[in-house]
Amino acid sequence: MTYKKLKRIDLIFHEDCDCRQVLEKTFSKSNDEVINDILESGLKGRGGAGFPTGLKWKFTAEQPSDERFVICNADEGEPGTFKDREILFKVPSKVFSGMAVCAKVIGAKKGYIYLRGEYRFLLPQLTKALDVFHKEIKDLLDFEIIIQMGSGAYICGEESALFESMEGKRGEPRNKPPYPTIAGFRNKPTVINNVETLVYAFMICKHGPTRFKELGTSDSRGSKVFSVSGDTPIAGIYELELGMSLDHFVEEFGDGDTKAVQVGGAAGFCVPRKKFNDTIIGFEGVPTGGSMKVFNSSRSMYNVLHNYLEFFEEESCGQCTPCRVGCQQLIKGIEAVKKGEQKAAYLDQLMKLSETMKLASKCGLGQSVANSFSSIVDNFREEMIY
Amino acid sequence: MPEVQELVKSLAEKYGRKRENLLHILQGIVEQERYLSDVALTEVARELDLSAAQVYGTATFYSFLDTEPRGKYVVRVCRTISCDMKGKNRIIQAIEETLKIRLGETTQNNKFTLLETNCMGWCHEGPAMLINDQAYTNLTEEKVIEIIMDYAKE
Repeated sequence: MTYKKLKRIDLIFHEDCDCRQVLEKTFSKSNDEVINDILESGLKGRGGAGFPTGLKWKFTAEQPSDERFVICNADEGEPGTFKDREILFKVPSKVFSGMAVCAKVIGAKKGYIYLRGEYRFLLPQLTKALDVFHKEIKDLLDFEIIIQMGSGAYICGEESALFESMEGKRGEPRNKPPYPTIAGFRNKPTVINNVETLVYAFMICKHGPTRFKELGTSDSRGSKVFSVSGDTPIAGIYELELGMSLDHFVEEFGDGDTKAVQVGGAAGFCVPRKKFNDTIIGFEGVPTGGSMKVFNSSRSMYNVLHNYLEFFEEESCGQCTPCRVGCQQLIKGIEAVKKGEQKAAYLDQLMKLSETMKLASKCGLGQSVANSFSSIVDNFREEMIY
Repeated sequence: MPEVQELVKSLAEKYGRKRENLLHILQGIVEQERYLSDVALTEVARELDLSAAQVYGTATFYSFLDTEPRGKYVVRVCRTISCDMKGKNRIIQAIEETLKIRLGETTQNNKFTLLETNCMGWCHEGPAMLINDQAYTNLTEEKVIEIIMDYAKE
C-alpha cells in the first residue's frame, strides 16, 4: 500500500491573494477553459461524497435554462466540520470569489450562502466583507451573493433539503434524480458546493491546475482542511496533503494512547488502532469531509456510539421510515444489550438493521448511520456488551 | 392592532409574502419575541395565505425556531461527542445550580432558558455553548457561572 507522508499545506489560510486580480485573469479565459482547469486539477467535492467539481459545473452550464444558481453550503453540521466556520471567518473573500468564478462559467446571476444558524454571529462580519466584494467585482461580473440563515437542522446540510429550506419549507430531502445540476433551487439548474470546495476551485484558478494536481494521490488530488478534535493535544484546523496513512496522522495528532479515530464525523468510519497502518485518508481509503476525532484508551466506545445515535435520532428529518425508526431501534438495541436484556448475538440483528437503513433510507443521513454503527460494533464488540 | 400582528405584518412587508420568505419571517419573529406563539403562527399563515398547518409544520421542524416561550437569554449547551468528552454534563449541572432550573426549563423571571443543542461547530474548543447568538468555548464550571452571572446582572 502506498501512501503520502503527512505534509502541511498552506493554500487556503496563509496564502495572500488579490482576489480581484485572480478574477480578472480567470474571466479573461473562456468558460470551457476554466471548467477544463477545474477538471484537470482533479478537484473533488470536499463534503465527503467526492463528486468531481468540474463535472458538476459543466453539467449545470450545459443544462438549458433561463436561470441558474450557485449555492455555497455553509450548513454542514457534521460534528467536526468546524473548518468551514474558520474559512468563512478568516478568508471570506476567497469563498465569494470561488462563487463568482462558478457563477461566471455556469451563467448564474445570483448566489446564496446558506449559513448554519449556529454561526449567526458571523453574519455582521460576512455581510460587511460581502459589501466590499460586491463593490470590487461590480464592473467585472453581474453577480449578487445573498446570505440566508439556517435554523438549526443538521439535515439541511443535505443539498436537496437545503433547497427545500431555502424555499421556505421543512428541510426534507427530495427524491433523486433529478439532481441539482438539472433541478435544484427553485427547480432551476444549481451548483451547490461546500465552503472548502469553492475556495479550492478559486485557488486552482489562481495557480492553474498543476500545483493542485501534484498534491495527493491519483484518486485523491490536492490537499484538504481537517478539523481535528477529541483526545489530541493539538486540536484545531490543519490543511494537509491527501493520501497520508492514519498511522502518520496519529503520530502527529494523537496523545500517545490513541485507540481509535473516527474519520468523517458521526457519519464516517471508526478505525481501530490495529488498522491505522493500512488506512489511507482519501477516496481510495477512508474518505472524509474533514472531521477527525481521536479517542484514547480512557474512552468507552459504547458511549461514543450512543452519543452518535442520539445525534442521528434527533437530526433525522423523520420523512422515511428506515431512518426515523431505524435510529430509534438502534439506540434501544444497544441499550438492551448493555443491560443484558438482549443477548450479544442481538448485535448481529442490529447490524442487519443498519445495513437495511443503508439500502433503504432516502438520503445520506440514514444511509450513513451504518458507517459508524458497523465500524464501532465490529471493532469494539466487547465494549458494547460489558 | 396587537403588537405581534404588527410585527408579522412589518416582516411580511420587508421580506415579501411568498412561501420562499417564510423562514425569514419566522426567524424575524423569534429574534424579537424569543418564540413563535400560536397567535404569531396564525398571523403568518394569514399574511402569506398559507394553511396554519403548513406554517406550524415548518416552524416545528427547526430547532432554533422555538414554539414554546423562551427566556430573554436562551442558553444552548452543545451535547455532541467532543463537548461530551470534555465534560458538558458538568457545565450543564453548574448552570442548573446557578439558575435553579433543570434542562429544558425557563427561570421564573423569564430571563434564562437552558437547552441542549447538537454540534455547534466548536469541537476543538469544547465544551461550548451559545447564549442567543453568542458562542462561548473552552468552558469550565467557574467560567460558565461567571458568564451566566454577567448576563443575570443585565
